[in-house]
Amino acid sequence: MDIISPLPGVFYRKPGPDKEPYVKEGDTVAAGQTIGLVEIMKQFSEVRAESAGVLLEFKIDDFGIVNPGDVVAVME
Amino acid sequence: MGFNILEPGLSTTVQDQGRIGYYRYGIPQGGSMDQYSASLGNRLVGNTRKEAVLECTYVGPRIAMTGDVVIAVTGAPVDVFVNGESVPQYERLSLKSGDELKFGVIKGGTKYFIAVQGGIDVPAVLGSRSTYPIGSIGGVSGRAIAAGDLIPIGKKVDNGLPDMQSVPESDRPKFTPNVNVRVMLGLYDHNLSEKGLKSFLDEEWTLTPIADRMGLRYSGPGVEWKKREQPFGAGQDPSNIVDAGYAVGSIQIPGGTQPIILHRDAVSGGGYAMVATVISADMDLVARSAPGTKTRFVAVTMEEALAARREMTARDARIWS
Repeated sequence: MDIISPLPGVFYRKPGPDKEPYVKEGDTVAAGQTIGLVEIMKQFSEVRAESAGVLLEFKIDDFGIVNPGDVVAVME
Repeated sequence: MGFNILEPGLSTTVQDQGRIGYYRYGIPQGGSMDQYSASLGNRLVGNTRKEAVLECTYVGPRIAMTGDVVIAVTGAPVDVFVNGESVPQYERLSLKSGDELKFGVIKGGTKYFIAVQGGIDVPAVLGSRSTYPIGSIGGVSGRAIAAGDLIPIGKKVDNGLPDMQSVPESDRPKFTPNVNVRVMLGLYDHNLSEKGLKSFLDEEWTLTPIADRMGLRYSGPGVEWKKREQPFGAGQDPSNIVDAGYAVGSIQIPGGTQPIILHRDAVSGGGYAMVATVISADMDLVARSAPGTKTRFVAVTMEEALAARREMTARDARIWS
C-alpha cells in the first residue's frame, strides 16, 4: 500500500530543521504513523501510513515538490 | 437543517459573489476564487447567483447531512462520494438526512465548490457571507470551517429547480497545465527596462506552491528594472514605489524575481510597482491554476479586455436564462 499525498506543496521528512526524520527507509511503521509533512498555504499537514508495514523507499526527496496523488513512499 | 462537519478539509470557507464596495476602506472584495464554477453550482440547485457556497481547497470536508438537501459539486475535478458511492460532478444531487458526503484526491486545479439549495445561511457581514479569515469576518465566525461545526442552510429560493440537471461538457471550465493569462500593462510597467518588459511578456512563468486566496507567486527568469534614483518615500529596491492603491488582480514583482498576482483576498494598497493587471475575465482562470501551471502573460488593450468581459457576461446570461 503506497503512501500518497492528497496535497500539493513541499514535502519534509523531518518535523523540524534540527530534528531526526520521522522514518528511515527500511523502518517498520504502524498504521496511522506520520512519515512526513507537506507544506502548502502556510500550513503543515502530516502524511500518514494508512496501514502497518515496512517503508521500503521514499519517492519524493526531502524539500521536494509533491503534487496531489503523487506516491510519497512505497510500502512493502 | 444543515451540514454537520465531520472533517473540515484543508481550508474550506463560505464564499459568495464578494463584499463589494469596501475596497477603498481596505476590505478586499473576497468571494469565490473561481466565480464561474461557483455560479454553475448555484444554478444547478435552483439558487440565484447570490447564495453562498462552500469553497474547498485541495482536500475537501467530510459532511453528514442533517436533513434532505439538494447539492451540486462544481469546480476543480475530484471524485465525489455519497455514502461511499461515486457520484458525478456538475450534476444536481439529492441527499437524504444522514447521508455522508466526502471527496477523493483532487485531479487538477485547486478549488471545488459545494452549492446547496437555499445557500449557506451564515450572517452577512458588510453585505456578504464571504469568509475573510485575515479580517476574521464573514463565513463561520470569520474563519475556515472546523470539525463539529453545524453549518446552517437557508430556505429554498422560490424559483424552483431549473430544467438543467447537469452542466453540458462544453460549458464546464477547463483545468489545464498551460494557460495564457490576459493582462493590461500598468500602472508601473514604465519602471521596467525594455528587456524587463520583454522577459515579463515573452517568457514562461511557473506557478509555485506559494498560492492562496490573497496571491499567487510565480517563478521564472525574473525582470530587469530601469535604473533610477528611488523617490522619497519609496523603498530602496527598484521594485518599490511610493505607496499606491492596488487594482484587483494587479501583478507585482518584489525584488524583480517572482511575480505575484493579487487575487480575491489581497490587500488594497502598498509599495510594490504593479507592472500589469489581470483582466476581470481571466481572474477565474488564474484561480483554476494548480502549482506547476505554465503561464504566459499576454498584454491586451482596454477594448480587448472589455470585449472579454462582455463575452463572460453573455455566457453568464445564457447559463441563467
